[in-house]
Amino acid sequence: MSTTRSARHEVPGAADQPEPIKAIPLRHPIRNIFAVIIILVVAAFIWDAATNRPTYDWPAVGKYLFDQRVSAAALVTIELTVLAMVGAILLGTLIAVMRLSPNPVLKGVAWVYLWIFRGTPVYVQLVFWGLLATIYKTITVGVPFTEPWATWTTQDAISVFWLAVIGLALNEAAYMAEIVRAGILSVDPGQTEASTALGMSWAQSMIRIILPQSMRVIIPPTGNEVISMLKTTSLVTAVPLSTELYTRTRDISAETFNPIPLLIVASIWYLFFTSILMTGQFFLERRFARGTRFVDVGPGTPTDVPTAPVASSTPAAHPNKGDGS
Amino acid sequence: MTDSAASATKPMVVAERVVKSFGSHTVLRDISLTVNRGEVVCVIGPSGSGKSTFLRCINHLEKLDGGRIVVDDSLIGYRQRGDKIYELKPKEAAEQRKDIGMVFQRFNLFPHLTVLENIIEAPTQVKRQSKDAATARAMELLARVGLAEKAKAYPASLSGGQQQRVAIARALAMDPKLMLFDEPTSALDPELVGEVLDVMKQLAKDGMTMIVVTHEMGFAREVADSLIFMDGGVVVESGDPREVLSNPQHDRTKAFLSKVL
Repeated sequence: MSTTRSARHEVPGAADQPEPIKAIPLRHPIRNIFAVIIILVVAAFIWDAATNRPTYDWPAVGKYLFDQRVSAAALVTIELTVLAMVGAILLGTLIAVMRLSPNPVLKGVAWVYLWIFRGTPVYVQLVFWGLLATIYKTITVGVPFTEPWATWTTQDAISVFWLAVIGLALNEAAYMAEIVRAGILSVDPGQTEASTALGMSWAQSMIRIILPQSMRVIIPPTGNEVISMLKTTSLVTAVPLSTELYTRTRDISAETFNPIPLLIVASIWYLFFTSILMTGQFFLERRFARGTRFVDVGPGTPTDVPTAPVASSTPAAHPNKGDGS
Repeated sequence: MTDSAASATKPMVVAERVVKSFGSHTVLRDISLTVNRGEVVCVIGPSGSGKSTFLRCINHLEKLDGGRIVVDDSLIGYRQRGDKIYELKPKEAAEQRKDIGMVFQRFNLFPHLTVLENIIEAPTQVKRQSKDAATARAMELLARVGLAEKAKAYPASLSGGQQQRVAIARALAMDPKLMLFDEPTSALDPELVGEVLDVMKQLAKDGMTMIVVTHEMGFAREVADSLIFMDGGVVVESGDPREVLSNPQHDRTKAFLSKVL
């Protein structure tokens, strides 16, 4: 083609790269002014809170932050959160799969479950669970109209703690079911087709092919739900369970007539747990992003690293390895 | 001609008067077709002519509304006892599908699994082969499609042509009697089409029975034992590919070929 043009590029050596642009970056004066104003306002608030507001009672915050009663209650809160979420995720996945199954009976059951547990407030549900022993005085295992195999009084069989876990888990399962369903529906139908064509059963393709791929869509909102659950545990006083973080700090403040520092103590603990959960979510998202990028995602999949096609760029050297959140 | 490959054995695929509708829209009006063992049949036709739907009926991804399809002597999707026809359980339908390999236009590799894991998934899960045996076989197949060094790669890191070759290897890992190709090269960049067609040609040479929905007239001319032109849910014309392509008898075939050749 045009020889005059190519003549200008006569020495295309590897070292002879086009010169990078050296431009003066665009200035952002308004942005900077706003930043300064915000910093000043925040600093003023902190200074005021630290020196000028005795009701915050910072010494009391320090005193109660690691109070043994408070840390024990924090542990109960985290136990409630973890157990309820594990239950909710398992049950929610089951309900989501039921809703999408070809079986109309399963579909109907799943729909009614969602209708009831999503349609009533969690607080009301927790009060109901607290009344379980009043409504159903005994729990009996056996075949109807025959001698029961075993009978317990409900009060002895299920502690208040487990009633709270059940109440939270069953409510949350309704929301998790919708999240999981959205995740399943986000997977390309071609995946189901391919696995079906290979002779895999509906259950096999769901468990081995569809659910693992739906994780990428499921995890971010689930992280949200875990954090939400952490805070919802403060409602279990409705059961009534009084050993978790919020109720315990409130009980302490009822004795000391000094509620504000204990509210701050509870908030600090909630923030601490939330921070841990957010970190965990980051790593989970990275794990399930496998196969979606050209470069391997790193430590999560050690076996894949050595022979991966672009393994030369190690995960550590990869600049945007954390684009998960 | 079609008869050349017909040895003494029974045909691999017999489709009789197949009808398929989606709601009020009839996609397949009356399709009959016989594919002998080791034969390669190419199906061409304008989009919306029902080619892909017909292919999907053969492994019962779509349910027929009329007619019957028999693959290797078993009625697809149903069981006949006396003059009654019973729908198969999902498990039995899956049993039939594992002998019929399918390759899709959009590859449909499992993106969360490596190339090797993609290939051994069905043999280990469906056929309950040991992981070692399945892996050995998978490596053999990968070598055959020229991708042995990509075993540990994820599909997203492969080119379209490479992905489609993996998809072919994945289907072959189930040792199918019949391979269905649904426009296997239509989603590929032009320079990648050749590598996939080469694998398919080799497969045909090795005696695999194949039904290929394609727009690659060159491939049809070179490899196919018979060519079928479909339009509007019916087989308009069929026969020797060179014959049909160079001397079409029907106006609709002529019109179509004049646009694509």
